[in-house]
Amino acid sequence: MTASTTTLQHSNREPAQAVQRQQIDAGDYYLGRIAAGQYLRILDLAGNQAADTLFFNAADPAERYSACDTVREQASLYLTTGSVLRSNENRPMLQIVADTCGRHDTLGGACASESNTVRYALEKRCMHSCRDSWMLAIAEQPQWGLSKRDISHNINFFMNVPVTPEGGLTFADGISAAGKYVEMKAEMDLLVLISNCPQLNNPCNGYNPTPIEILLWDH
Amino acid sequence: MDTPYYSTQLPAGGHWSLRLARGSQLRLTDLHGGANVGLLFYNPDNLLERYNAPDTLKCQHSFRLTKGHCLYSDMGRIFASIIADDLGWHDTVCGSSHAAQIAARWGGRDYQQQRNAWQQNGTDAFLTELAKYGLGKADMAACLNVFSKVVADEQGAISLVADHSPAGSQLSLRFELDTLVVLHNCPHPLNSAASYPTGEVQLELGWAEALTEQDPCRNHCPENRRGFENNALYQAARHGGAY
Repeated sequence: MTASTTTLQHSNREPAQAVQRQQIDAGDYYLGRIAAGQYLRILDLAGNQAADTLFFNAADPAERYSACDTVREQASLYLTTGSVLRSNENRPMLQIVADTCGRHDTLGGACASESNTVRYALEKRCMHSCRDSWMLAIAEQPQWGLSKRDISHNINFFMNVPVTPEGGLTFADGISAAGKYVEMKAEMDLLVLISNCPQLNNPCNGYNPTPIEILLWDH
Repeated sequence: MDTPYYSTQLPAGGHWSLRLARGSQLRLTDLHGGANVGLLFYNPDNLLERYNAPDTLKCQHSFRLTKGHCLYSDMGRIFASIIADDLGWHDTVCGSSHAAQIAARWGGRDYQQQRNAWQQNGTDAFLTELAKYGLGKADMAACLNVFSKVVADEQGAISLVADHSPAGSQLSLRFELDTLVVLHNCPHPLNSAASYPTGEVQLELGWAEALTEQDPCRNHCPENRRGFENNALYQAARHGGAY
């Protein structure tokens, strides 16, 4: 599947009406709360930028986004408009309501300094990584009650990880571009934890990590 | 593996766990065909280190798991290698069944009626076993589903391949680190058979042949050689000896 064969869905929510707008620079994280019924947009400002994202039930962070439950219940590997993002208790957490990119990955997980040593070279350990950004978030903002136990398999918004019928899996060039976005409605009160990916060793960020913006609407 | 030092049969719906030493071999046999064995792995000395399916798939550029593949922790180390496999494809993406799914498909789990043949689901089987180590749902990540093949088409649509595992199918793991193994014999969450599967799975424990420089799992890809390097550092730092 390519973006050209996907039906792209635009949103009519106006940025001027957003109750929150925040730029997240590459290599930074965002950790905050979203109320049930709110709409979250993640905007790829400069193109080909992966946004590694985790969601938690704000009332019980042990209930969290589950890649397994999400792809199994929709019987499809890729996320796009209509995808219901499900928890490890198989409950709907969010639904994607608009997507101008076409598809998003949830198989590839997040980069980590430890997996960098395996994937690229043993001495690539001390490069910035999404999991280290999440660990910093946990350490700097203990008020949310998150710990390393809660860090599980994430969504890579704007990332392209095609799987072949023969069972191959690769990190391919991104299909996102400047101004593309994905928008979703929260079905429960949520914590959202985003690492704006600093990976420099593969094409997930076009070898040049750039900022993203998050926008939040009440309806 | 020479003669196993232990062999047991796990009934349908059963769950099991054991800390296995580095060098152990675990051989699973689908005795009747159509079984699914869900497995999770943890570092027994640091339960926060656990099996990571995304890292396992992306570093070996594969959606399926078979002989030659290694099973990675989230810390860049290898818990186990798949050293023998009759089937060529095992799933690690679809997770475990939930109670509501089993109830909708085959009726609820009811000890009063079913006794020890109760229709356990994979999620509750894992949670029961994990609780014995102080672990809970926050510690549950994607599992390995041995004997189950899930394929994706060009559009990403996924499906479970029926009748993938005939009676007698085997898979063997060699453990590359001391590992807490947690497993169950519960249906794959996409299983749509007419009735709840009832087949036993045989577990055999023994000692694997020593790892060599020519080992096909170690040499499957440069990534695996680096994973074994990370294991060697962990072992050297923990137990002393050459690195």
